[in-house]
Parts: sequence; C-alpha cells; structure tokens
Amino acid sequence: MSMYKPTILRTTQLDTPPRFCKPIGWLFVAIGMLGAPWLQAEMVELSPNLGRALSVEEIAKTDMTVLPNGEGLPVGQGSVSLGSNVYLRECLACHGEGGLGGVNEALVGGVGSLASSTPKVTVGSYWPYATTLFDYIRRAMPYPDSGRLSNDEVYAVTAYLLYANGIIEADAILNQVTLPQVNMPNREGFYWAEGR
Amino acid sequence: MSDYPEAPVAEGGLLSRRHLLGGALAAPLMVASARAFGAAPGGPMLPVGRLSDRGTALERIGIGSQPGTKGSGASRTPLEALSGTLTPSRLHFERHHAGVPTIDADTHELKIFGLVDRPMAVSVDQLVRYPLVTRYQFLECSGNSGVMIAPQPAQSSAGGLHGLVSESEWTGVPVRYLLEEAGMGSQARWAIADGADAAHMARSIPIQKLLDDALIALFQNGEPLRPENGYPIRLFLPGWEGNASVKWLRHLKLTDQPGYTKDETSKYTDRDADGRAAMFTFQMGVKSIITSPSLGFDVHEHGVYQVSGLAWSGAGRIRRVDVSADGGRTWAEAQLDSEPKAKSLTRFRLPWRWQGQPVTLVSRAVDETGAVQPTRQAALEGRGVGAFYHFNGMQAWHVDSRGKVSHVYV
Repeated sequence: MSMYKPTILRTTQLDTPPRFCKPIGWLFVAIGMLGAPWLQAEMVELSPNLGRALSVEEIAKTDMTVLPNGEGLPVGQGSVSLGSNVYLRECLACHGEGGLGGVNEALVGGVGSLASSTPKVTVGSYWPYATTLFDYIRRAMPYPDSGRLSNDEVYAVTAYLLYANGIIEADAILNQVTLPQVNMPNREGFYWAEGR
Repeated sequence: MSDYPEAPVAEGGLLSRRHLLGGALAAPLMVASARAFGAAPGGPMLPVGRLSDRGTALERIGIGSQPGTKGSGASRTPLEALSGTLTPSRLHFERHHAGVPTIDADTHELKIFGLVDRPMAVSVDQLVRYPLVTRYQFLECSGNSGVMIAPQPAQSSAGGLHGLVSESEWTGVPVRYLLEEAGMGSQARWAIADGADAAHMARSIPIQKLLDDALIALFQNGEPLRPENGYPIRLFLPGWEGNASVKWLRHLKLTDQPGYTKDETSKYTDRDADGRAAMFTFQMGVKSIITSPSLGFDVHEHGVYQVSGLAWSGAGRIRRVDVSADGGRTWAEAQLDSEPKAKSLTRFRLPWRWQGQPVTLVSRAVDETGAVQPTRQAALEGRGVGAFYHFNGMQAWHVDSRGKVSHVYV
C-alpha cells in the first residue's frame, strides 16, 4: 500500500481531529470502498503500514474469544459427572463445596436475590450468558495454572456449575451446539449504558 | 505581617481565591550565612536518581490480593502525600487479575483480526515508528471510592479512599491508525481486547471509542511502560474505567457484538436497587477530593492553610471546583492551579484560616459538560445493595477543635 509519508504525518497534532475523521475524509472512505484505489491510499495515509499479514492459522491458534452465539467454541464435550470430578480436583480449594464459596467467591446460588436486601451475585444468579463461563474458565482458570484443562474438561466443569445452579439437568452434555442454547436466569437482567 | 486581611468568603474560615491570583505573597526576607548551606562537597552523580529523605517514605498503600493469591488485587496511590497532578510511575495504582507478567518486548506482537480486511500483527519496535501522540490523562479504576457506600465512614487516608486514580503522561499510537491499516469492516462495532497476562483479561470496547481517542500506550511519563502498567504495550482509553484499558495487550478482535466477557458481565456492571444492572458503563463521572488537609495530616498551628485537592471527569475538562468548610451549606470557588486538560487531573486550592473552629471540609466539581458532582446521598440513590462501582459522591473531612482530621458523612 502507500509509503510512509512524513510530510502528511506532520499534519497530525495532539488533540486535533484526524483528517480521516473530517467529513471529507469519510467521503474518501465512502468512495474508496467503491473501489477507487487512489482514494483508498488516502484512507491509510496516517499509518506507516508496518503490520505483517496474519494468517488464518495464526489467528486460530491465539484467539480465545467465545461469543454468546457459540462462535469460537472448540470441538469437544463435557458431562456434569465428569465436571463434578474436575471441580473437586481443580476448583474446590478456592470456591468451596458445591461452588457455594470458600476463600474465594461463591459460584452457585442466589437466583432471584438481586433485588433483595441481601443480593447474592453468582454465576447462576447474575451471569447473562453461559458461554462466558466457558470463555473465562478456559482463559483464566484454574488459578495459578490457567490453560491446563482440556476443552472437554472446560465443557464438563461448565456443565457441573450450571447443574449446581439448577440451570441444566444432571444428564446434560455441553458442546458447541448445546452450550449456546443454555438460557441463564438473569439473561434479561441487564441494560446497556453505552455502546448502542 | 498582614497577609490574608480579607473577611472569609464562606463559613468556616474559607478565604477568597483572589489571594492566589494576585501573585506571590510577601515573605520575610531570609538572611542566612553561606555556612547554613553545605560546606562539604555532596554526593556523586548516579545512573539512576535517588529519592529524597521524604520521597523515600512515599509508597503505594492498601496493597491487597485475593485470598490464596499474590498478584490478583490492587494497590493505591498515596494521593494525600503528593502535590501537583502527575503521579510518579512507581506510585501509579495497580489492579491485576493474575499478577504482573514478564513479557519479552522483542517478540511481543499486537494482533488485529476479526472483521478487518487485512488481519495483521505489529511488533513493539514497529509501533514506535507510528505517529505517536502524548497526553496527560488520568486512569481511574471503576471501583475507586467504592468504600464510600459503607454505612459508616471508613477512617482511611485520601489515597486509601480514592487512590485507585493516577495521572500520567501517556505516549502511544492512536488506535485508529491501526484500524485504518487493517481495513476495518463496515460491520465492526466492537473490538474485544485481551491481554497476555495469565488471566488473559478481556474487555469489549466500542469501535467509536477506539477511533476517537484511544491509544496503544508504549511510554508513561517518558519511559517505557512499567511492567505493572502493561509493559510493553497497553490499551489506554481516556476517561473510561481503568479495567477497559487492557494491559499487556495482545489482541484486538473486531466483532459486530460485544464478547460479554467475565469482566464486563460478572464484574464492572452496576446493579440497581430493582435488581437490574447497567452494562458498559465506561465513562468515569465528575469527581473531586480534598487531599489537604485530610486524614493523617492533622492541622496544628492556628493560621492560614491551603485547602487543596484533585478534580477530574471522564467527560472532559473540569470547569470549576467549589469548597465548603461547613459541610456543604456555604461554598467558595477554588482556584485551579493550571488550565484544566481534558480527562486529566486538575489541582485546586483555596486559602483557609483556621483558628481552632471545628469545620467540615468538602469539595464539589463541575465539568465542561455542566455535570455536577453529586452529594454522597444522591450518588447512593437507586444503587443495589453492595453496588460500589462508579461512585463519585462528595467526600467530607471533619477538622475538630484540636485540628484532628477524620472522615465523616454529611
């Protein structure tokens, strides 16, 4: 694409709007999207364009994000019973028996308590999406050795915690298809302050 | 000497800020013999400067980690011991979710993918070659001042109560340059940022913020970021809750929806009394605090003092700060030390004559949008039990007849 252009870069100063953000800049973008290559160059003028291309394989290797629709979930599956074993082995020391809380926070209980004088904020009572539980366990748990669990184990311990909260049945199997279908009790309990 | 001759402008001994506008105060001529200064040669030059006797005593305060962990917690800036607005980097507050990682800047990359035409990775050395910008701006944890929801006032110092805010000179690459280079797709509305720490802490950021004033910060107060502040690179979102300025940044994944990560659902959401909760409450409200006098810094001699503190707003510049010495009944406008900068700490002060009268000092900030810092009571209204994020209510110090300072609710 375009070369590094110091003469143009000098026009970018602290706290002045970028050329790109002026209406005329957006016009260039709009026209550029129609396919005029000399105007596309205008769109990237503020960047020296030093990035290297990232391959699909590289992205797949590093991207951990799981969206509520299931996008990003890996192949695998887990049962409540396997999850119970994983919980006892990996989670019990901090989160207590049955997920009811130990030296660190409770993961189970409190459904329906949020508007009361003693709200109990847990995975079951508060979290809007079950996919977040998978995403977070895979990212950050078990402390201090995150990344150790297999995908099957992450599915399983997710299943166990949802079962302990009364959200799924004892014989439920979670996988790429069934996890996004789990309806969390507080799914409708949030509104957006920004972003819309 | 007859300095500060005027009558008070508000109750409790507050004097007019005009005393501070009229230039230097008359000071008694100091006559000292040369021998009063060092007669023997002093110390040598050093590769790294040492702290003064009083500077050595300055430390982060309130360091606490979750049970069973060493680095999953917070430390606070000792605001009561600092002046001006800039926070020395070594005293910048901390909040980590799995400790401070050791990252090799030679191999670390920022990867940008998702809804972009050209997924890309840039190295730290490459980022330095982009057109960098420098800004003085605050970073504040959304949980700052959260202890103010407690039924009884916590007897903590100004930094203990409010020290999850710090000010730095941040230098970095405007994120919009990188999004332009990657070719942001028309469907992109959010970017999910995550870090290279062991928690891979992740937050979803509206694209508009990234195009507006977000930086990939590389330098803090002129030096490379410190490890605890995200070395080698962090996201920096001016005026927004600190948690969203993801440290040790490794990914920006552009999406058409937020990721609903753990830290934007189970945490950093604001529960209302009716049980519902606000998500994506990014912007920090208008706030001011008095750092002098404050708990731990009692007044002793009768006479003139400067009531001094800090004010800031995530919405922009501070317009004015008022100070009251009678718990909010009468107010006087404080002097701002310098031209307020957007989303930046502003120092205010006001002379005050103390003659042993008990007073209750409280400050109130107004920002350029006209937003007025609420009273504590107003800031509590409608909150769910235990909901402590984004607390910006006014905070008061009581000075008793002996000059002892304590935290009180008014």
